[in-house]
Amino acid sequence: MTLSINDVSRTFISDNAETIDALSHISLSVNNEEFICVLGPSGCGKTTLLRIVAGLESASSGSVSVDGIPITHPSPKMAMIFQEYSLYPWRTVEENVALGLELRGMKKQDRVDAAEKYLELVGLTGFGQRRPHELSGGMRQRVAVARALAIEPSILLMDEPFGALDAQTRNRMQHELLRIWEKTKKTILFVTHSVDEAVFLADRIVVLTHSPGRIKEIVTIPSARPRERTGEEFGQIRRHLLDMIREEIDPVQ
Amino acid sequence: MTRRLGLVLPILLIIGWEVAAIIVNNPFFLPKLETVIPVLISPFSDILGTGSLVQNALVSIERVVLGFALAAAVAIPLGIGMGRFAVLNDFFDTTIELLRPVPPLAWVPLALAWFKIGIVSIVFIIFIGAVFPILLNTVDGVRGVKNTWIEVSTTLGAKERQILTKVVLPGAAPTIWTGLRVGFGISWMCVVAAEILPGPTSGLGYLIMYAYNLGQINVIIAGIIVIGLIGLVIDQGFRAVEKRWFGWRGLER
Repeated sequence: MTLSINDVSRTFISDNAETIDALSHISLSVNNEEFICVLGPSGCGKTTLLRIVAGLESASSGSVSVDGIPITHPSPKMAMIFQEYSLYPWRTVEENVALGLELRGMKKQDRVDAAEKYLELVGLTGFGQRRPHELSGGMRQRVAVARALAIEPSILLMDEPFGALDAQTRNRMQHELLRIWEKTKKTILFVTHSVDEAVFLADRIVVLTHSPGRIKEIVTIPSARPRERTGEEFGQIRRHLLDMIREEIDPVQ
Repeated sequence: MTRRLGLVLPILLIIGWEVAAIIVNNPFFLPKLETVIPVLISPFSDILGTGSLVQNALVSIERVVLGFALAAAVAIPLGIGMGRFAVLNDFFDTTIELLRPVPPLAWVPLALAWFKIGIVSIVFIIFIGAVFPILLNTVDGVRGVKNTWIEVSTTLGAKERQILTKVVLPGAAPTIWTGLRVGFGISWMCVVAAEILPGPTSGLGYLIMYAYNLGQINVIIAGIIVIGLIGLVIDQGFRAVEKRWFGWRGLER
């Protein structure tokens, strides 16, 4: 599996007919089984970039391809996990997880078995018959992860999936995600505005500039996992990234 | 407790009615309770040669079901189209906003001119009464379907038809159901009103008007009670389904 983003730019036309550059000349080649975090201040176009990769939006110029095939529509090779409100409240947890398989016409029993397997993987065995509103925020995101994994994509696209969670749950979910990633060997493109989260998770961090989003720097994290958030190396990388982000938020400096 | 409290006023009204009836002592103005109850407790016996309460009620229900089903068959597909595609909305919206404020009964003369006296006219009036609340609620419901729900399904591989059946319809269903409930209530009012007008020779509306012509006020009151009770029972039915199937509304997370 190779994911390549080739010179992608995206412009919007604002209400008063001005052209706004959201993304400018983004190029990135993602390796198989790599964990990439896209980091940047809000409004840097990182979500737009992820949506273009997902095939939910199109680039104004440039292209995205997976295994050499250009992405123009959502592809079964990729699954996206949204920040929140993505579960169907009228479906049980199991039916949520099995939706992608149902859309493919898989038989009911096979779907149920698959859903069970992925619920087990995300640590939600026995929750299949619950409704989404009965679950905590962290559990709902586990369901969203299970649902994405169920269609067996090679790439997971994650749009600030833990952004709405409290700090403790967030930390636990980061550990869980790494465990699942190591087990399933997916390639992950993970958008976040949290420096800490990016340093904890990523092989490489792509830092975007503020409006228009350009690649400011790609930082490779050499540390072995699990990473110690209070460790010295962690702190150094974190500081370097924070400085970079601060320049972007406050251009006066 | 609130249920019991809610029964206090009806009981007081009945007592007040009986007291007033005794004071007035004129069955052509205000009949006594004991002349109304016999009509109610023998719903299968013929009244004034117009058939029984049950027969007349069934005729009214049949008319309502016809007009209501027709309204739903038109309004739901149209509402889904309008909610989903701006072009359809722009095309129909002005016309609907012009027609909607016209009271259903204002269509009666036209209905008589077009369809003559008979079931078609009555069904037409019921149709007019029910179609707008169903239509507007369907449009609202479809627009209220979260964009994330639709995008999740497309990233999981949903085709346009699957988006409609698996996401848009179930997502809009609670609001559509509210439209059906409101629409049925209006249909029920319309059928009684339409039956009071010249033409029909059966139905609850006809029965109470015929009783008026014969000075049988006790039958009028019995008829009104039956009309109210049927409306209540049907509304409770709608609410029960709402609670059973659409309890997730307001619990989206």
